[in-house]
Amino acid sequence: MSTVFIALQANEDTRPIIDAIALDNPAAVINRQPAMVKIDAPDHLVIRRETIEEQVGRPYDLQELQINLITLSGNVDEDEDTLTLTWNS
Amino acid sequence: MDMKATKKKLGMKERYRALTRDLGWESSYQDKDAIFPYVNYEGIKVHDWDKWEDPFRLTMDAYWKYQAEKERKFYAIIDAHAQNNGHLNITDARYLSALKIFLQAISPGEYAAHKGFARAGREFPGVGTQVACQMQAIDELRHAQTQIHAMSNYNRYYDGFHAFADARDRIWYTSVARSFFDDAMSAGPFEFMIAIGFSFEYVLTNLLFVPFMSGAAYNGDMATVTFGFSAQSDEARHMTLGLECIKFMLEQDPDNLPIVQAWIDKWFWRGFRVLGLVSTMMDYMLPKRVMSWREAWEIYGVENGGALFKDLARYGIRPPKGWDDAEKAIDHMSHQFMLGLYQWSFGTSFHSWIPSDEDMDWLSAKYPDTFDKYYRPRWAHIKKLKAAGTPFKNYGLARLCQCCQLPSVFTEPDDPTLTCHRETVYKGEKYQFCSDGCKDIFDNEPEKYIQSWLPMPALFSELGGDVGAWMNWVSLRDGDDNGDYDGSTDQKHFNEWRGLATSNL
Ligand SMILES: [Fe+2]
Ligand SMILES: [Fe+2]
Ligand SMILES: [Zn+2]
Repeated sequence: MSTVFIALQANEDTRPIIDAIALDNPAAVINRQPAMVKIDAPDHLVIRRETIEEQVGRPYDLQELQINLITLSGNVDEDEDTLTLTWNS
Repeated sequence: MDMKATKKKLGMKERYRALTRDLGWESSYQDKDAIFPYVNYEGIKVHDWDKWEDPFRLTMDAYWKYQAEKERKFYAIIDAHAQNNGHLNITDARYLSALKIFLQAISPGEYAAHKGFARAGREFPGVGTQVACQMQAIDELRHAQTQIHAMSNYNRYYDGFHAFADARDRIWYTSVARSFFDDAMSAGPFEFMIAIGFSFEYVLTNLLFVPFMSGAAYNGDMATVTFGFSAQSDEARHMTLGLECIKFMLEQDPDNLPIVQAWIDKWFWRGFRVLGLVSTMMDYMLPKRVMSWREAWEIYGVENGGALFKDLARYGIRPPKGWDDAEKAIDHMSHQFMLGLYQWSFGTSFHSWIPSDEDMDWLSAKYPDTFDKYYRPRWAHIKKLKAAGTPFKNYGLARLCQCCQLPSVFTEPDDPTLTCHRETVYKGEKYQFCSDGCKDIFDNEPEKYIQSWLPMPALFSELGGDVGAWMNWVSLRDGDDNGDYDGSTDQKHFNEWRGLATSNL
């Protein structure tokens, strides 16, 4: 098992996104640090546009994540519906 | 006539293809080798450049939109910082030493990365690669500019910020970062991508930016948090580009494996040495600390680096050669380097200090196996000398490593009481190294490293060994910019201004 992670700035934009990530990834652990939130998950993490849209209550383009992204780890794949992070271990 | 009036919007993957690969063309007036003259000499074999895709599938139109948004956010906070006496809201002016090192050594590295990616974007034949490198070139220029801009507000009030460009070119500790980038920029395009895209971005920037920026937030420095996070929002893309580059080379041809592995070995060690500066900033220079260097290494080095190399094992990649020596150095490096900075503080354009009793207790809790045994007694001795009016100053010049350019202050991997020192004789001349890792790098490419500009020999060759003339030359104002924080102008000003800000006297 390897840990994939994504870290986002802690602000009003990211609060519903973090909630959405928690809903879609029951194995994820959310670490709150000064000014940032780091989300760890074993081997795989998925971020879904639909779940974020339900949380923010408006249409959402996954590439908006770029604005508040701090760092991530794992092999990335993104299309209009999902962004996934994966380690092959 | 069958065209519909409203076309369906392109999906992300089609849009990416239309706005990258479809922009490329086959040349007919010139042959490919003349257009891309540097892409073959390193020995990397590529059969299909179209296999290189940016997994974020970011296209230029979206890029400009999001970067503009980042800049708007950045300048809103920078303005607020300047308008609200942000220079007084930091925990303590000691904190500024970390920022001064950042401005003198790291921000110029951003500019060097900009130049390097602009060049790489021109030298690679693949269109996906060209676009990704072009974006990164613009990002890195933005990083250099926003950092200089954010820190310029401190330059109005504190010493040591005024001549970062001279410091970058001439002072000794900055040449550690500068030689790293110069080494990368004078390599071929694929090696450059491993050096910066992979080693620096993927393996190191997390250690540099993430705990450090969180630390800036903890120390009340909104300006730095803002440029840090604004820059870091681009880094996820940069790291991904670095990782994709490695996978691309390994997937294109099995002959690439030994070349890539040798670069990973080299650049991991080069990068690890640059982290010597970062470890000291984290453990000693943040008055309020988020985590120790050791803790950051556990998360971003051991755990994250471990996951990465496990993932790459499917291609035959093994962890870098210096990995075990790095692990052995973690509990020592920040202490050894801070002791070095303190004894040579006449020659630094920032302040250092003897850690307080409270700081030392924190250090022994974070480094239970090493701090009390090896380093507390040295600080205690230095403290006694200072109390007796005979502060410990070393006016001798440090012996620098010919490869990483750090003074050889680090110890043997298996004996923390013995300074590590290696030598090579090449064409009748003797060269010094701080470690096996650095000596190996030299032995592989001696003709490159014998040309290194080293600051200590330069003091003699360019200025006849005159330290006063050297200070003028590096724009270091003796008595203001350098020396112990205790008794410095920065300390005096900070305390006076803080007093004015919090009282009506
Ligand atoms: Fe950068
Ligand atoms: Fe970068
Ligand atoms: Zn070295």
